[in-house]
Amino acid sequence: MREKSLEWEQPSRWERFVESTAGIGRAITGRVALAGNLAVFSAATIFWLVVKGAKRETLTPAFFNVGVLSLPVVMLTGTFIGMVLAVQSYPQFKLVGLETRIGAAINLSLVKELGPVLAATMLAGRVGSALAAELGTMRVTEQIDALASMGVNPIHYLVAPRFLACLTLIPGLTLFADLMGVVGGAFFSIKLLGVDWSYYWEYSRNMVGMFDVFAGMFKSVFFGAAIALICCHQGFRCGAGAEGVGKAATSSFVISFVAILFLDLLLGIGLDQVQTHFLGGPKGSMI
Amino acid sequence: MTDETKKDDAATNGELKPVRVEPNVDAEARPYPLPNLVGESNPEPSAERLIEGAIIVEDGVKKALRRRPPLLEIQDLNVVFGENQILRDINLKVRRGETVAVIGESGCGKTVLLKNMIGLVAPTTGRVLFKGKDLARVSDKALTEIRTHYGFVFQMAALFDSMTIADNVAFPLRQHRRNMRRSEIKERVESLLEEVGLNPKIVANKTPAEISGGMRKRVGFARALAMEPELMLYDEPTTGLDPIMSDVINELMIEVRDRRRVAGVLVTHDMKSAEKVADRIVMLYPHARLEPGEPQMIFDGTPEEIERATDRRVAQFIRGEAGERLREMSAGR
Repeated sequence: MREKSLEWEQPSRWERFVESTAGIGRAITGRVALAGNLAVFSAATIFWLVVKGAKRETLTPAFFNVGVLSLPVVMLTGTFIGMVLAVQSYPQFKLVGLETRIGAAINLSLVKELGPVLAATMLAGRVGSALAAELGTMRVTEQIDALASMGVNPIHYLVAPRFLACLTLIPGLTLFADLMGVVGGAFFSIKLLGVDWSYYWEYSRNMVGMFDVFAGMFKSVFFGAAIALICCHQGFRCGAGAEGVGKAATSSFVISFVAILFLDLLLGIGLDQVQTHFLGGPKGSMI
Repeated sequence: MTDETKKDDAATNGELKPVRVEPNVDAEARPYPLPNLVGESNPEPSAERLIEGAIIVEDGVKKALRRRPPLLEIQDLNVVFGENQILRDINLKVRRGETVAVIGESGCGKTVLLKNMIGLVAPTTGRVLFKGKDLARVSDKALTEIRTHYGFVFQMAALFDSMTIADNVAFPLRQHRRNMRRSEIKERVESLLEEVGLNPKIVANKTPAEISGGMRKRVGFARALAMEPELMLYDEPTTGLDPIMSDVINELMIEVRDRRRVAGVLVTHDMKSAEKVADRIVMLYPHARLEPGEPQMIFDGTPEEIERATDRRVAQFIRGEAGERLREMSAGR
């Protein structure tokens, strides 16, 4: 809890102006320094991973935490998102008499956008914040310094396995989110809304292509990398005490989420250009 | 008959009684063994000759040690964080077998100095040399190797809370002694835990959260000793402990110095600990309260010399008096 601090001396208007201008400058230089610091941290992580790999003793718990423990929550949210999409789209489609085509809209949205973004958001919330809090606590209690003092590189020992786990497991998580979303959407549309199942699957098949599924999974790799690097970096530069750890956990999620959306936009534009110019535009017939 | 003459008589009768040597050459605190002065040709030397011989040998060894290059050398070290200067023009040498205590009030930069000694904090200017190698100029790989020659005992022990006590102590061995078998590591962990007075059968499988603060410090001690370091760094090892446990830690530090002949740097507020453990004491003063051009290291001498220090700030610190500080606080500094 923080109360407004008492001010003993009122600064003059000019002093307030100078201070606020300096504050803007400090904020900008701080952000630039943070970005630079994150870039160096990311380069160091990739360097250690390429040069020395990751140790099995650290990989196993990281993979278990990121993959196995995240799977149920990702599948559950995927199912609900599929059903919510059906609920929201059905009245609009029915209005123009196209309710039989609802499957195409639901499944295309899921595999291209919602599946990867949702899996990444769940990963940032469940794993990313925990990573930042765990590494932040290690920083505050000098465990990271202890690692370094024993001749063990903390980035190699702590960050490399977590980065590798997020990078390699998020496509799988995305695939499960897609699958459960498709199942949830189909269940709600066919069983509860009464859409004809043959039209539902036929239009889905015609609209959703392999490239769409690949695009979603491709994007998720970048999301996973961004989540791991941002959250580990926030944990490493954690401030003192419980407040510092709390801030690291919160900011890691916020920054990761913004990064996911930003990357989604960039990669979405890029992949769309690839599909249009090199693959002759959208094609369905996944099966 | 006085005590001295009694002692002399006993010695000439060939009945050697325990002899008290000069305080600064206390037999128990001596970091190296004395050579056997009782040769075949002179089986019954007098007590005076023994003392004289011991002092000559000790002086000779000390001079020889001083001539050797220092294990750790700090040259013109300056550390600035943002706009705050923490350390200014620090020069310090730590020789093999020597324990140096760094004292000073909170916030004077003691821990920053200690972390500079192992390269955890980089100097803004100046150099930190370990066996002649500049820690800021060596590669990451070389720095990692150099750090295996250090043992660091952290203020709050810094044990890995996700591991058991045994795994914590075994950690540096598993990382750096790849050729050691599991049974050898287990044996070594047990011996290290016993060395710091812990029963491996009781504590080995517990987590750091399940043992007391004093035990955690001793586990941290055992972990720091695992790689058989040449230089031990102690960051306020007695802070937060009861007087008995503080003395246990002091005895452990003396044991490490005398039996393993390991150099040490002890950062502490605890004058009792500093005077008991250290061969040399240096005192830092907070940079913010120094006069321009005034050295930050306001004392460098033996524990005997610090008791006779004339600098008011040093004298008040070792007696725990607020005098000077109160005047500064009332002046708003």
